[in-house]
Amino acid sequence: MSIAAETPVVPKVNLLNRLLAMVPPALWSVIVLVVVWELAVKVAEIPNYVLPAPSAILVEFGAYWHRLLPNAMVTAGEVVFGFLCAVLIGVPLSVFITYSRFMERSIYPLIVASQTVPKVAIAPLLLTWFGYGLAPKIVIVVLLSFFPIVINSVMGLKSASREMIYLARSMGASGWQQFWKFRLPQALPSMFAGFKLATVLSVIGAIVAEFIGADKGLGYLILVAGSSFNITRQFAAIILITIIGIVFFMVIERLERVVIPWRHRGPSETDA
Amino acid sequence: MNVMPAPRAMNSAAESYISISGVSKTFNGRQGEVHALKDINLNIKPGEFVSVLGPSGCGKSTLMMLVSGLLPVSTGRIMVGKKHIDSPNADAGIVFQQDVLLEWRTALQNVMMQAEIRKGDLKQAKERALQLLKMVSLQGFENSYPKELSGGMRQRVSICRALLHHPPLMLMDEPFGALDAMTRDQLQIDLLRLCSDNDMTVLFITHSISEAIFLSDRVVVMSPRPGRIERIIDIDLPRPRRLAMREDTRFIEYTRELTQIFKGLGVFREEY
Repeated sequence: MSIAAETPVVPKVNLLNRLLAMVPPALWSVIVLVVVWELAVKVAEIPNYVLPAPSAILVEFGAYWHRLLPNAMVTAGEVVFGFLCAVLIGVPLSVFITYSRFMERSIYPLIVASQTVPKVAIAPLLLTWFGYGLAPKIVIVVLLSFFPIVINSVMGLKSASREMIYLARSMGASGWQQFWKFRLPQALPSMFAGFKLATVLSVIGAIVAEFIGADKGLGYLILVAGSSFNITRQFAAIILITIIGIVFFMVIERLERVVIPWRHRGPSETDA
Repeated sequence: MNVMPAPRAMNSAAESYISISGVSKTFNGRQGEVHALKDINLNIKPGEFVSVLGPSGCGKSTLMMLVSGLLPVSTGRIMVGKKHIDSPNADAGIVFQQDVLLEWRTALQNVMMQAEIRKGDLKQAKERALQLLKMVSLQGFENSYPKELSGGMRQRVSICRALLHHPPLMLMDEPFGALDAMTRDQLQIDLLRLCSDNDMTVLFITHSISEAIFLSDRVVVMSPRPGRIERIIDIDLPRPRRLAMREDTRFIEYTRELTQIFKGLGVFREEY
């Protein structure tokens, strides 16, 4: 496709270009993937219990909608709530780490250690402690997603240059003002990079938690469908999980554009 | 030509605006103490434009930081006006080599930061901010973000910011060092105009011989390791200064003399 976009102007190609431009590039790759997938399954006559065709998955969506949607809502709830908890824990923690050498030296190793522990390994433990409800899911989501939030926030808060802080102090800025008016806005782009990483990890966390022990959610549906070899239903659930992840990521990205608009304004054609 | 040795006695302390007496500064480096400045004595009259000229590592930036109060002296005493400098001097306006503009604020908002921190009359400050931006030919760019401005425009915004609160003292640390030669020429002229309009004392740090001569009433020559004042040279050129004066015989004489001093100090070695 990009080849077509770069081809010199010939009327016919121009028409193709315009056709391509009507649909976002990301959608094109999905369309191509789906078409190739459908054709491959049909041509090679792959049975549904090995690899269902997209059309079969679509039929499954229609037939099983009443169960898929509520379970998707459960998983989405875990993802979003867990993510928010991770932000509420991670951002203040990063402020402490930035401002206190003691905190940095005492807590940082602990945070790194918390990441090296495989979440799947401690999940049964969490089950024993918190049961089958929402709590263990939130704990696992937080454990997975707060790491990039803390790491990126600390990096952002430390990215204010020495000159910037000198400048603030020469204006007579208090420590509080130095934080709110200089350090925090300076840190925002880096913080959002962490948030975006965390959205993806939140989805993984929620599914892992549901695998370990749950009675609802898409992860639970996948397990149940797997035990009855319903591959089509598993694919339907996987696609829903992907959609949850993509939508959540896009929401955070949109929020980023609202919170830090200066980042997305391109350079104008000025030259002094 | 009016050349005099560094004045050890403070005979003119009474009429001076800045008086630096017996000031030394040592840093605790990894290899023990580093003497950045040793036994500095300097008096600057109100309204005077003084450049501190020297090679890198001679402590000239440190000297500015001490006068600003952002770094404490190790020994000695600095007075600005009637104030003993032992904390950041809020009467000063500071410009660094990096413009240190806040990326999330427009040109006008960057200038206004000075007033927001100082909690003055914001309406009046905004009027002055607009007027200052106009004086450096930035009308029409008030609402541009820093990333939309060229290097020279950005540094002009940072100069306006330093001037907003009518500081009686301007401290400038190689403010034009990162700019191309032509932008530099224009900004030097802009600066001289702003100085004559605003009635300020300027301490200007530079490593450019011609820049020091062009701007200053006096040039303080420093030598490195440890940073000392080697010589102080009066620049007897009429004001307003014009670019053509750089071809003036007197200007060339000053250049030759300063070059000779640095050759004597081993800063320039011509044999190859």
